[in-house]
Amino acid sequence: MKILVTVKRVPDTAAEKRLDPADKTLDRESVETIMNPVDEYAVEEALRLKEAAGGEVIVLCMGPASALPTIRKALSMGPDSAVHVHDDALHGSDVLGTAKVLAAAIRKVEPDLVVSGSESTDARTSLVASAVAEYLGWPGLIGAKQLEVDGGTVRIHRETETGYDVLEATGPAVVSVVKGINEPRYPSFKGIMAAKSRPVTDYGLADLEIDPGQAGAAGATCEVVDFTPRPPRQAGQVVKDSGDGAAALELAEFLASNKFI
Amino acid sequence: MASILVLVEHDQGNLRKVTAQMLTKARQLGEPVAVFVGDGLDSATEALGRYGAKTVYSATGEGWTNQLTLPVVDALEAAADRAEPAAVLVAATPGGKDAGVRLAARKGWGVLADVVDLDDNLVATQNVFGGATIVHSRVTAGTPVLTIKPNAFPVEESPAQPEVVDLGLTRQAGPADVRMTEHVVEERGGRPDVAEAEIVVSGGRGLQDPANFALVEALADALGAAVGASRAAVDAGWYPHQHQVGQTGKTVSPQLYVAVGISGAIQHRAGMQTSKTIVAVNKDGEAPIFSISDFGVVGDLFKVIPRLTEEVVKRKG
Repeated sequence: MKILVTVKRVPDTAAEKRLDPADKTLDRESVETIMNPVDEYAVEEALRLKEAAGGEVIVLCMGPASALPTIRKALSMGPDSAVHVHDDALHGSDVLGTAKVLAAAIRKVEPDLVVSGSESTDARTSLVASAVAEYLGWPGLIGAKQLEVDGGTVRIHRETETGYDVLEATGPAVVSVVKGINEPRYPSFKGIMAAKSRPVTDYGLADLEIDPGQAGAAGATCEVVDFTPRPPRQAGQVVKDSGDGAAALELAEFLASNKFI
Repeated sequence: MASILVLVEHDQGNLRKVTAQMLTKARQLGEPVAVFVGDGLDSATEALGRYGAKTVYSATGEGWTNQLTLPVVDALEAAADRAEPAAVLVAATPGGKDAGVRLAARKGWGVLADVVDLDDNLVATQNVFGGATIVHSRVTAGTPVLTIKPNAFPVEESPAQPEVVDLGLTRQAGPADVRMTEHVVEERGGRPDVAEAEIVVSGGRGLQDPANFALVEALADALGAAVGASRAAVDAGWYPHQHQVGQTGKTVSPQLYVAVGISGAIQHRAGMQTSKTIVAVNKDGEAPIFSISDFGVVGDLFKVIPRLTEEVVKRKG
């Protein structure tokens, strides 16, 4: 089975993220970056499927040349190879632009299954996997907390408000996985060394036969009008409990005066 | 007046709150038109009328029951083709987003995630980077598909008699269809979902032991709240992942957020700092959570929380 797993380079979880006033896109250069945390679960899930059924795992990353360390990080967990889509014209891509490019790259790789993380920690839209599925004309199994492949059938458990649903589709399919679906492995030293020599194929927009005018900021279907930092919250009243928990009564009074009880 | 299409989120015809919230907003922007997919059309129609829906486009019966993605997208598309709306509103829930973005991709229409406000020109407000930045944005291609964050808009009734229009769609199974083979209901204590609850009580490392989440749950039940958890508590295996609030968990914006034994690291604040009111109980008076709290108690949560729960129960009578 040929499994493609998407990864994204994002600002470190603890970093203060900001928009660049010049073009209103995320400033990715002035912050520490990491592989998007939930993508580690996606890579792990892809590796487990390969280990169970054989085949290969291919990493797909769309991002500037500086995203290469993210690709190496993913490869250090064990995938066989990677595809890196980068092109200056991709800067400023929105949800649909990103999905269109990923779908074009996926068509070239022709996998049996695409595994994605449920969202990235930067834009946090949780929209891209569904849009990729639509462009490919494939089923999208979104939000898997369990994944199994049984012949041509792809089956997931998806959390609901009251329990979970078992959903299945006929592959090829796009699956997005949630944090906690597995316990991602730590890259071994051997894995880190091996990752350096795993092949990474570079694609630009021309390779994907996408017109630069249809990609990036030029092809965007939405725009940021303006943005402002949120005014800082004012710290309110803080009371110190005397040790017997009696401050709870003051807190209850606060809740009651604000009509919460 | 241009219509505003609203995808109905419901459970067997029982509207979810976000549907009424979207209809209330839709009335300010144009003529609200609902799209209903699934079972329970009659009871849903009555409720949709209460919030001012002028038309209800329906796809119901065989093949439409489970509201799985593609049937919903097909129905939305058919309704949009008829109504030619100025905008399509879907809930920013997993199902709403999945269907909404597929409609957007199919039509080449722009889509915006997690909208918390809309002006008359359909310029949307979004809280990004965990609420640290407020963005105004708009769709520049096609009909805007706007995914609306639950609890972003208040609900007001405005009774109307909706005209029910069967979209007359027949559906044949296609290769991209998803099938539901099981719908499993688990005992969850009947608490609301953390992402949509009006009150969230969250526990963190200060609880010291997974068994102590019982204190958080008891307070949550007294308040009618959902239970959340910090990343530290979830990563330690004390509470399930789907309850995690923060940068790598859920972003919540309830009326009231109660942080119990949570220090308030930046990645946690990114998931809750847009809450209307924040209260915190923590033994460390220097904890950053107090700098964003409207009311804080520096004290031993094992003393404070049980007394608070008792007092809430007493006052609620």
